[in-house]
Amino acid sequence: MKLLRLAPENTKFPFMRFRRVSYPFSAVLSICSILLFIFSGMNFGIDFAGGTVIELRAKAGQAEIATLRQTIEKLELGDVEVQSFGNQSDATVRFGPQKGGDSAQQAAVEKVRGSVGSDYELRRVEVVGPRVSGELVQSGTLGVVLSIVAVLTYLWFRFEWQFAVGAVIATMHDLLLTVGFFSLTHLEFNTTSIAAILTIVGYSLNETVVVLDRIREMMRKYKKMPTDQMIDLSINAVLPRTIMTATTVFLALFSLAIFGGHVIRSFSLAMIWGIFVATYSSVFICSPMLIYLGLRNEDADKAPEATPSKAAAKATTRAKPKAA
Amino acid sequence: MLRFATWKIIAILALTLAAVLVVVPSMLAPASVKALENALPSWAQPRTIVLGLDLQGGSYVMLEVDKASVLHTQVTNLRDDVRRILREEKVAITGGIGAQARGVQLRIPDAAERAKVLPKFRNLAQGFGAKIGGAPPLEVRDSGDGLVQIVVTDSGVTDKVRHAVDQSIEVIRRRVDALGTREASIQREGDDRIIVQVPGLQDPEQLKTILGQTAKLEFRLVAEPGQSPSELEELEQADQSGKIAIEKQVMVQGEDLTDAQPGFDQQRGGEPVVNFRFNIRGAQKFGEVTSKNVGRLFAIVLDNKVISAPRILQPITGGSGQISGHFTVEQANNLSILLRAGALPAKLDIIEERTVGPGLGQDSIDAGKRAAYVGAGLVVVYMLITYGVFGIFANLALFVHIAFIFAGLVLLGSTLTLPGIAGIVLTIGMAVDSNVLIYERIREEQHGGRSILAALDAGFNRAFATIVDSNVTMFVAAAILYFLGSGPVRGFAVSLALGILTTIVTAVTMTRMMIAIWYHYARPTRLPI
Repeated sequence: MKLLRLAPENTKFPFMRFRRVSYPFSAVLSICSILLFIFSGMNFGIDFAGGTVIELRAKAGQAEIATLRQTIEKLELGDVEVQSFGNQSDATVRFGPQKGGDSAQQAAVEKVRGSVGSDYELRRVEVVGPRVSGELVQSGTLGVVLSIVAVLTYLWFRFEWQFAVGAVIATMHDLLLTVGFFSLTHLEFNTTSIAAILTIVGYSLNETVVVLDRIREMMRKYKKMPTDQMIDLSINAVLPRTIMTATTVFLALFSLAIFGGHVIRSFSLAMIWGIFVATYSSVFICSPMLIYLGLRNEDADKAPEATPSKAAAKATTRAKPKAA
Repeated sequence: MLRFATWKIIAILALTLAAVLVVVPSMLAPASVKALENALPSWAQPRTIVLGLDLQGGSYVMLEVDKASVLHTQVTNLRDDVRRILREEKVAITGGIGAQARGVQLRIPDAAERAKVLPKFRNLAQGFGAKIGGAPPLEVRDSGDGLVQIVVTDSGVTDKVRHAVDQSIEVIRRRVDALGTREASIQREGDDRIIVQVPGLQDPEQLKTILGQTAKLEFRLVAEPGQSPSELEELEQADQSGKIAIEKQVMVQGEDLTDAQPGFDQQRGGEPVVNFRFNIRGAQKFGEVTSKNVGRLFAIVLDNKVISAPRILQPITGGSGQISGHFTVEQANNLSILLRAGALPAKLDIIEERTVGPGLGQDSIDAGKRAAYVGAGLVVVYMLITYGVFGIFANLALFVHIAFIFAGLVLLGSTLTLPGIAGIVLTIGMAVDSNVLIYERIREEQHGGRSILAALDAGFNRAFATIVDSNVTMFVAAAILYFLGSGPVRGFAVSLALGILTTIVTAVTMTRMMIAIWYHYARPTRLPI
C-alpha cells in the first residue's frame, strides 16, 4: 500500500537563510498588530466591556431586524446593536452598561423582554456588571503573563538559556499576531478568547520545544558543524512531523469552526490563525534567534561534555557522525 | 522494546475496559440510565457526565451584598442603642445624635457624664459580634472636648457583610427550593458574593424576581389628618399610583409570620391573594393593633413599598390574614414564596447573569457532537492513509484516549461545557502528535540504516523526552487556565489537562504494546512506515 506523505523525504531546505526575510517580515507584522490594536482596538465582548447580550429567535420563522431595531431603540438603552446571525430566525441584541448601576441593567433586560417577548424567544441572556468585567480583564491578563513566566522557568531548567529566550520571543510574537488578528477581524474578544490565546501559547511552546529538542540533540551530535547548517538539519528532520501535526490539528479546528456552532466560532478561527503562526514562528523566529544569541560559543565547542546528560552521552557514543 | 509483560497487557486492557464502562451511561438515553440504576446494585450505580449550564440550559447569577445597605442598618441600630443608653443613664446631650457614613456622633459637654456612658458605649461592641482576639467591630473616639464618635471599623463591616452573606444563602436556598427546581447550587464566592446556579429553569425571570427582593414585610398604620410630620413618612405605592403617608412606627413585622400561601378571594371575584398566618407573638400584636384601630387604614409594606392598605373592619384576633393587591396568580405565588422564606438581611445586587435557554443548549450539544465526529473522522482517516497499519494503532489509541478523557470527566464530577467540547476536539488533533513524533522518528532511524528493532526502540525512547517536554508546557497553560478561568473556561482547562495527561498512557504505552504484539505475529522484514 502506498502511504500518503505530505512532506517530501529528506528535505534540505535552507531555513536559516530566510531569517533575513522572516525577521523584517515578522517585525512589520508585529508593529502592524500593535498599531491595529491601538487605533482600531478590539471588539471586546461584554465579559470585558460590561453590558448585556440577548440572543433572540423569532417565533414566527423570520427575524425582522429593522423592526426589532426600531422597537428596541425606543427603549433608550444607549447604543444598541441589533444583528442577525446564524440562520434567518436568529438575532442578537447588545447594549452597554446602563446608567444607574446593577439594578438598571436588570431593568433594561426586563424592558427588552417586555417589548419583544411575544414575538421572540429569549434563547440566551448575559449581563455582566462593570466591576465583574474589570475583574475578568485582570484575571485574563494575569493568566497570560503567568503562563509565559511559568513556561520560561521550565524551559530555563530543561534547556540552555538561549533556548528559553528564543521560545519566549517566539511566543510573544505569536501573541502579538493573535491580538492583531482579533483587531483586524473584529471577532468578539471574550473570556473564551483568552482560553484560545492561552492554548495558542501552549501550542506555540509545544512546537518550539519539539524543534529545540532536536536542535539540542543535533548540537551534541555534530559538534563541528556551523550553527546555521546544524539548525537547518534539525528543522528538516522534524519537518514531516511538524506538517503532519499541524494538519491533524487543522482538521480538528476546521470541523469545529464549520460544525461547532456560532458560540464557539470565534474561538476556532482564532485558534486556526494561532496554530499557523505558532508553526511559522517555531521555525523562522525561534530557531534563528539561537544564532543571534550565540548559542554555540567557543566554550560549548571545546567542552561539550560540560552537560553530560544521559541523552547526550548516548548520542556521542552511539552515533557515527556523518559529515553533511 | 518487544518484551511486553502479560500483566502489563492485562492491566492496560482492564483500564481501557473500566474507562469504557464508566463512559457508557453518559451515552445512553435518560430512560435507559434509569433502567440501569434500578438494575444495578448500589455500589455500581451509573454516573453520567455533568453538563454545564451552557449545554443543558439554565441560569447562572452572581449576587453581591450591598455594603452600603448593610452599613446603613448598622448605623441605624447603633443610633437606637446610643439613644437607649443615654435615656437609661439620664445623660443630657447638646444637639441630636448625628448619623455619619460609618457611625454616629454626639456631644456630651459634661465630663463626668461622659465618663459614665463611655464604657457602656464601648460595651456595645459585644452586641456587635466582637470576637476574642479579633479586631474590634466598633471604635469609640473621645476627643476630650465633648465630642464623642462611635464608628463601625473596617473589620466590623467585613464581619457584618460575611454574616449577611451566610444568612442570605439560607434565605436564597429556601426561596429557590420553593420554586420547585432540583439541583440548584448556591455558593459563597469571596467575602461578599453569592453564586446561584439553577439548571434547566424554564423561566429565568422568575428566579431573578425572587432573588432580587429583600422581602421585608411590615404592617403600619396609614396617617390620619393632624398627625405630626415627624412620625410619618411618604412611601411609594406598589401599583405606582403615587405616594401615601404612613406612620413610621412598625406595628407587626414579617419575621413573626409562620406561613404564607397563595389563594383566591371569592368575595373579590376570585382575585389571587396571599393568605398568611402569624406566630403567637405576631398574632397577639396583630390582634391588639386591629382592636385599637378599627376603621383606620392598615398598610401592608413590602420593601418600603405599600402593597395595599385595606380598612380594618373588625379586630383580627385569629392570627391569620390576607394580603390583596390586584395580584396576578404569578405575583401572588412569588410573594408567598418570599414571605415563607423570610427576608434577606441586606440588599443583594445581581452583578452578573448568564442564562441559556434549553433550546440553545441542545443546539450547542448537537453542534459540538457534529464537530467532534467530523474532526475525529478526518483525523482517523488521515492517520490511516499516512501510516497504514501503524495508523490503525494510533487510531485505536486515540479512541481509548477519548474514552479516558470522558471517564476522567465523569469520575472527577467535572462539568462538561461547550468550550470543554472544543478542548476535547482540539485534543483529538493534539493527541496524535505524540504518535506522529514516535512514528516519524522510527522512519528516520530506519532510513538511517538501523535494524527494525533498533529503529523501533530509538523511535520510542528518543521521542519520549520530547513528548514529556512539549506536554508539560501545554499542561502548565491548562493549569493556569483552570485556576484563573471561570465557568466554561474552567471546563475547557479540565478537558485539555485530562487530554494531555492521558496522552502519555495511550500514545506511548498503548501504541507500544500494540506494535509489540503486532511484531510478534507479523515478523516484518521492513517496517511499513
